[in-house]
Amino acid sequence: MEPIKKSPKILVFSTDKISDPGIDQAGLRKLHYSPSVYVISMPCSSGIKPRWILHAFEQGFDGVFIAADGHECSYSAKCPEHTNTIIKEAQRLMEEKQISPKRIRMAALCSVCAEPFVSHMNNFSKILAEI
Amino acid sequence: MENEGKKQRIGVYICHCGGNISDYVDVEQLSDIMKREEGVVISRDVMFTCADSNQKEMIRDIHEHHLDGFVVASCSPKLHLHTFRNVAQRAGLNPYNYVQVNVREQCSWAHSDHPDQASVKAAGLIRAGIRRVSYSEALEPLRITAVKSVVIIGAGVAGMRAAIELARMGNEVFLVEKEAEGGGQVAAWDTLYPTGTSGKDLTQLMLKQIREIPAIKLFTNATVEHVSGSLGNFMVEVKIRHEKEESLKLPAGAILVTTGFDSNLPAEGTFGYGLSDRVLTLPEFRKRIDEASGNLMVNGKKIRIVAFIYCVGMRQEKGGNKYCSRTCCTTTMHASLELHRKFGNVKAIHLYRDIRTYGKQEVLYNQASQQGDLFMMFKENDPPVVSLQDSRLKIEVTDHLTDRTRFELEPDLLVLVTGMVPRSDSDRIAQLLKIPVGNDKFFNEIHPKLRPVETVINGIMLGGSCQGPKNITESIQSSLSAAAKINAILCKESLELEPIVARINEEACTWCGICAGVCDYDAIFQMETDGKVIAGVNGAACTGCGICAPVCPADAIEVAQYTNHEIESMIDGFMAPVILEEKLAEPGSEEETGEGLMKEYPGIWKEILKQLDKEPLTIPQIAKQLQQESELITYHVMTMNKYRILEPAGTDEDLTFYLYTPKTRLS
Repeated sequence: MEPIKKSPKILVFSTDKISDPGIDQAGLRKLHYSPSVYVISMPCSSGIKPRWILHAFEQGFDGVFIAADGHECSYSAKCPEHTNTIIKEAQRLMEEKQISPKRIRMAALCSVCAEPFVSHMNNFSKILAEI
Repeated sequence: MENEGKKQRIGVYICHCGGNISDYVDVEQLSDIMKREEGVVISRDVMFTCADSNQKEMIRDIHEHHLDGFVVASCSPKLHLHTFRNVAQRAGLNPYNYVQVNVREQCSWAHSDHPDQASVKAAGLIRAGIRRVSYSEALEPLRITAVKSVVIIGAGVAGMRAAIELARMGNEVFLVEKEAEGGGQVAAWDTLYPTGTSGKDLTQLMLKQIREIPAIKLFTNATVEHVSGSLGNFMVEVKIRHEKEESLKLPAGAILVTTGFDSNLPAEGTFGYGLSDRVLTLPEFRKRIDEASGNLMVNGKKIRIVAFIYCVGMRQEKGGNKYCSRTCCTTTMHASLELHRKFGNVKAIHLYRDIRTYGKQEVLYNQASQQGDLFMMFKENDPPVVSLQDSRLKIEVTDHLTDRTRFELEPDLLVLVTGMVPRSDSDRIAQLLKIPVGNDKFFNEIHPKLRPVETVINGIMLGGSCQGPKNITESIQSSLSAAAKINAILCKESLELEPIVARINEEACTWCGICAGVCDYDAIFQMETDGKVIAGVNGAACTGCGICAPVCPADAIEVAQYTNHEIESMIDGFMAPVILEEKLAEPGSEEETGEGLMKEYPGIWKEILKQLDKEPLTIPQIAKQLQQESELITYHVMTMNKYRILEPAGTDEDLTFYLYTPKTRLS
């Protein structure tokens, strides 16, 4: 077993009905990803407040990943637009604190997107390690 | 006050899940660690938290220890959130003062390759849960009284069957049909598999039943113009066009959408469609079979060979519809059998990509094969080529069943097997009802498996093929399921709604209207309170999606259970350091400085450092000066030592205790 070296801490915002079940699937299938990934599940990614994202960075998280529902969102057809606006506002707040905008990412994940989730986490960890 | 309103008597239960968790996560040690968390009065590790015996023990704990909140760290909340909410309720505790922490799917299983790190992560997850529950509020379900009537939009087979059952269950039903008669598309079909009944007879039977039930009112030539209200009290405005136009307002406790489907109409020129009488769609062909008697003719000549091209406009990688309409294979087999039954020796050639006659419908496929139908398989990237020459049809096709042999066919008639698409007016209905549509543009249910007939709008249900391609049996199954669901809601004297909805901070709100602008459900309205104009939330209409919260410039909106306190305290909990087996670890970090820690225990650590600033002290001396228990100070000094915030500086004169001195100075 390889000891884990310093790996970036990632906060994931998932959604109760779609992307969180996808993340559960990864565990169910024992697809491994970094143990420094933590998940908070929300009803919809459009409900994430930029101040929470900033709080995560202030508390020491290296990256924030929004596992959104994209066009599958059952609440709003405009969900991707709303989530995008939230990310832009978060990046504006991050800029004020000299936090790189690359530290936040979004992707649409479905309820069976186990492999894509793991691959997103691996890629994002690499990107964060290089910043 | 920081602690004001926070839960002070929290119980923590960490599940072994028979080894699923405890094989990778040190649940015993974590249970000990959690005992020291602020507000926690008991912490236990349990073999199976969901077991009846444990549930009873939890209820006993809640009573004996006067718990005001509890956390269960076990599997995904999708499995047992409601199990433990029920435990809370049985123990007389508000079910929303409970938090489920997922340490199995998102920890022990996901990190079984790194058990040490899994334990550290689990500690963070559980601490986040404890902090979240400490800010949790006792929520009461919203209670409303519902009118016992249902508006059903669409009087096809799905709508009619649901209307009959809902009326029999004691509800008043308003059945709204756009066309001049009820019956929908099925009314135009001849024999149906497997009973042989005609679509006309089937729909006439249902219409007769509807006329005999006084509780059902069928409005034909009627369209829904406006919908307001929410679960229990919708108001549906309907326009009826008979001799003169009339508008009605129909009260409804719930709405059932059974608007059905349209048949896909290929663009002109698709396999010759629209350019020749010899090219028809499947519905047009069925109509032709149903109406013809004697011989089946085209251009005055008897038809001897009919070719079918499958998946026209469906299952398209690019353009067209990506989904499989799934009913059309069976419909084509049935049409081919009817062709033979009515007109004798007509050869059918099926040019298909895949055959999907699922379930009992496979019988039709077998019968079609046995009657001598020919099957040729083509690939999407190499479709048949249709040419029209002097009113004759020629089809070239590469058959993958015979090692890609190229065939030239000259059928008398070509039938394009087209599938079901959403109705052309489905966008309008979606906008009126504010129900979401999927990528395929059919109406979307809330969850395909767990809540397959409900939409995100409380009280609006889906039935039949407005939700996606379905055959008659499946359409009626889903609409009856929705009917049962609706009756289960309306039969109660009062309705209880999930209280996880948005709410307004009246002090902070200054009504700018942005929140109302982004709400797709009209749940936010302008109101006046104590002479101040602010936003109000209709809890029955609110879905709790939270879209309104981030857009508020005054941060005056929160969704219950997702408050700033709850979410930010979870983030703090994830990052709180943890000591496991004397080994300092925090996920992903090998080195740690005191900086992060001061967010964790700022009060007592600062006090300790203040004492040490003057001179090196032993643990008993610090405890005495701070008037605290030695055990507590030992724990904090050990932690600070591990984090290099302080360090030993020799021993006292009796050589009994270490003296400590600060290593990090805090500003």
